[in-house]
Amino acid sequence: MPRIVVDVMPKPEILDPQGKAIAGALPRLGFTGFTGVRQGKRFELTVAGEVTEEVLEQARTAASTLLSNPVIEDVTRVEVLPETNEGEQ
Amino acid sequence: MRPEATTLDSVRVGIVTFPGSLDDRDAARAVRLAGGISVPLWHGEHDLQGVDAVVVPGGFSYGDYLRAGAISRFAPLMEQITMAASGGRDALPVLGICNGFQVLTEAHLLPGSMIKNNHLHFLCRDQRLRVENSATAWTSSYAAGDEIIIPLKNQDGQFVADERTLDELEGEGRVVFRYVGDNPNGSRRDIAGISNAAGNVVGLMPHPEHAVEAGFGPDSSAAGQVGVRGGTDGLGIFTSVLKKLVN
Repeated sequence: MPRIVVDVMPKPEILDPQGKAIAGALPRLGFTGFTGVRQGKRFELTVAGEVTEEVLEQARTAASTLLSNPVIEDVTRVEVLPETNEGEQ
Repeated sequence: MRPEATTLDSVRVGIVTFPGSLDDRDAARAVRLAGGISVPLWHGEHDLQGVDAVVVPGGFSYGDYLRAGAISRFAPLMEQITMAASGGRDALPVLGICNGFQVLTEAHLLPGSMIKNNHLHFLCRDQRLRVENSATAWTSSYAAGDEIIIPLKNQDGQFVADERTLDELEGEGRVVFRYVGDNPNGSRRDIAGISNAAGNVVGLMPHPEHAVEAGFGPDSSAAGQVGVRGGTDGLGIFTSVLKKLVN
């Protein structure tokens, strides 16, 4: 079944305490190539049937009203996911 | 819609319970100790039962899945509360404590939001606050500038809003409580609690309902030395709303 992916990220101006903690852990494990980490959320909305423009619009509205809080987060992506291989969910 | 209360003990304050609420019973007890009647309200109901005010207590709501308050704001009862609280100065007084504060921001009754504490730890301590605005429905028992000590206990207590919103809150006197001393969680401008423009809706992160009865409160009071667990600095929040509703 087709899926719509929604990415939500903390706003750039909002300090991301979790990302900061992860950024602190990386060099301790020898991953020294990164100067920062921001942690977001990814949602996958499964659609029964075809992804029409109406369904996509619903996903956009859900993304901005329920899946994200516009005070602290941005919706950075609402997109139909390419179909995966046979048998995979 | 709401019958006029004439004495303190005729004021009915609704206490909302969500799946996961922890402090609803303490909030109910605080209302009773202040002299009012507490009315339990279940999140799934549509009826506010004619209460004169509402407390949205702390704890968790719907497991805080997604974000604290994100799902509970759509509860049938919350929709009633949002409508009743949005009518200006004489609208329903609503107090959100901790998770309840977060629910009120998600419901757009109050601006801003709370994110994880800047130090990432759960913090539980008795916290000194300054009452910055004594003109709200929930703070008239205090004078502006009064300090109180009440418990603070959370992991997601860092108040954030954009600079414009913060300036607006400051300019309109809507910063109701401010942390005194070390900022416990990185909250912008040391903000511990705010109100809406009309002053009937107030939210704060620390817990006044845990400092309402000697013997069961914090070990300290901003008013001076008290006995062990003798702090009752939070009681004024609840007496404030009762007095307002009687007058």
